[in-house]
Amino acid sequence: MTFDYAPAPESRAVVDLASSYGLFIDGEFADGAGGGLRKTVSPATEEVLAEYTQGTAEDVDRAVQAARRAFEKWSALPGAERAKYLFRIARIIQERSRELAVLETLDNGKPIRESRDADLPLVAAHFFYYAGWADKLGHAGFGADPRPLGVAGQVIPWNFPLLMLAWKVAPALACGNTVVLKPAETTPLSALFFADICRQAGLPKGVVNIVTGDGSTGAALVAHPGIDKVAFTGSTGVGKAIARTVAGTDKKLTLELGGKAANIVFDDAPIDQAVEGIVNGIFFNQGHVCCAGSRLLVQESVQDELLDALKRRMSTLRVGDPLDKNTDIGAINSAEQLSRITELTAAGEAEGAERWSPACELPGSGYWFAPTLFTGVTQAHRIAREEIFGPVLSVLTFRTPEEAVAKANNTPYGLSAGIWTEKGSRMLWMASKLRAGVIWSNTFNKFDPTSPFGGYKESGFGREGGRHGLEAYLNV
Amino acid sequence: MSDARLGVLKTYKLYVGGRFPRSESGRVYEVTDVKDRWLANAPLASRKDARDAVVAARKAFGGWSGATAYNRGQILYRVAEMLEGRREQFVAEVADAEGLSKAKAAAQVDAAIDRWVWYAGWSDKVAQIAGSSNPVAGPYFNLSAPEPTGVVAVLAPQESSFLGLVSVLAPVIVTGNTAVVVTSERAPLPALSLAEVLATSDLPGGVVNLLSGRTAELGAPLAAHQDVNALDLTGADADLAKELQTAAADNLKRVLRPRATDWSADPGTDRLLAFLETKTVWHPMGV
Repeated sequence: MTFDYAPAPESRAVVDLASSYGLFIDGEFADGAGGGLRKTVSPATEEVLAEYTQGTAEDVDRAVQAARRAFEKWSALPGAERAKYLFRIARIIQERSRELAVLETLDNGKPIRESRDADLPLVAAHFFYYAGWADKLGHAGFGADPRPLGVAGQVIPWNFPLLMLAWKVAPALACGNTVVLKPAETTPLSALFFADICRQAGLPKGVVNIVTGDGSTGAALVAHPGIDKVAFTGSTGVGKAIARTVAGTDKKLTLELGGKAANIVFDDAPIDQAVEGIVNGIFFNQGHVCCAGSRLLVQESVQDELLDALKRRMSTLRVGDPLDKNTDIGAINSAEQLSRITELTAAGEAEGAERWSPACELPGSGYWFAPTLFTGVTQAHRIAREEIFGPVLSVLTFRTPEEAVAKANNTPYGLSAGIWTEKGSRMLWMASKLRAGVIWSNTFNKFDPTSPFGGYKESGFGREGGRHGLEAYLNV
Repeated sequence: MSDARLGVLKTYKLYVGGRFPRSESGRVYEVTDVKDRWLANAPLASRKDARDAVVAARKAFGGWSGATAYNRGQILYRVAEMLEGRREQFVAEVADAEGLSKAKAAAQVDAAIDRWVWYAGWSDKVAQIAGSSNPVAGPYFNLSAPEPTGVVAVLAPQESSFLGLVSVLAPVIVTGNTAVVVTSERAPLPALSLAEVLATSDLPGGVVNLLSGRTAELGAPLAAHQDVNALDLTGADADLAKELQTAAADNLKRVLRPRATDWSADPGTDRLLAFLETKTVWHPMGV
């Protein structure tokens, strides 16, 4: 006899959604300049959650001007005073974290378990960490008196809407910059709630401005002559377009782009821990993670054992209602993303890789994709080369550490990598050979505001987090 | 009788992969001093020479970036030693190239020699300055360390033919990058002579590759090259810089934009840090 889990839904009553949202410019919510309204839907149910404003170039201009006006006073504040605003924001985020977690899950489709236990604690931690830097910038190693850049234009993705906001806004404000931020088209709501947190914290008007909209809004922001810095997290394709846009200007640029991380498992690795790490590496947040461990490189001698254990573990993953506290894998963020994942997995099969998914029932409405494993993958396959950004793992094998390094580095990306081995000397050797910005050894997908994060090669440039993350917002 | 002796002129050549080839194109261009007097024919490097130089630089990257910092530091210091011994030659070349008095040229060369010494000392310190141990909230050992970004294409300053060149080259290689350098277009000779010093300074072949020729002609294939990781645009004018930066976006090269620089002033660390990546390693901690 089997026992079924009883549903354990988180209440959505903690979130008070308005039917329609304006833009947050100069400390006020205001209507847009005629770009119209868009709808944001819950990817789990396709229910329309709210309408929000399509920002136009005119709106972007108003926001940049507001940020420019605010910059003078904000940058002139003693660092200790700026710090206190950021500490306030961190505290209010902690107070409202349940509400924000539910909101994030509604709008993004990610499991409440993850928004509650991963996203929100990290969001608060980032503000808390960078708050403390605001009055210590002279000690950051960039000279005695580093200065802010001015107005930062920030464009963030839909996979971690509030966390990416925190990564961008906290260091920018700590360094004395003001910001105009454009959240992603499919997940604008938590940024608008953050605007309300700025109000509660008494943040001076114009220091943070939120302009919602689609890619055209982001393009208008990046191209605006009144901004001094561009920070973007998203796809490598858009990152390249942005790099072309800022060419020949004085705008400072940081880019956090795609990845195709190798997760490398040696035959001496603790198999059960490695399996947990592999699952966390690729199925966390539905695989909508730029640093996801999407290429599993397993040493040939343990391939069968590892894959058996991995399949067993994948069979226990619960896919479904993201608001259910037992859910491991939520909804794919949008219909568009679902079709991209579907197309790439079809290419995997067409190119001869073997596809496997555990038996799992997917809900009838909403956007869903079962956790998927491909074996028999070669380095030439599209599923081994292109970022899928979904719960799809490609398995390759190797025999020697040298071969593992060669295969792991055989990608234009260089964001992250994983190493699973009990042998310390081998781990350190591997870590030094892998061309990637973050190496997780005997663990995966760990984040912390004190720890720099960012890529090599086509995964972008600059670092976010830690002391290194300050550089992006200072005149150094 | 000695008055009748005819001096021996030097055929200047490129420096690629530790060797001194002529341009594969067979082309040269006339280099003159500031009063338009002929000094030498310098090789007019081609796009193919630029690509060959990238291949050589990539080949050298593994060994050079894998060398110990102690070793790299000693080799940079060795460059200074070799230069000191050939100081008079460089003073004469810089004086010709830039139209300087002997005293002023000597000051440039001395500063350039001292700059090699200054950067030599950075090799085993930059990781301590730019790295960090990160106090993450959890049982993890977490360390960030700088690493060289790879092959760096450098457009050397146009006016400061030697001190400027050294000031952009030394910070690139001291951290373990390898370099393809386009020398000052009008005044390439001190740079090409520097190659002779580099070749005898224990610097592995391919770590530094020097190309003389048209900055715009050579900059284009380097900015577009998929195996170049970073671009130093110091020697480009505003229009060329924009064009090359746009091309560099294609594989997201790290770009250092041109800006007014006083080469005689003490350099900061920004040129060192511009061509570094930060690698962060996490490992669980526990018994």
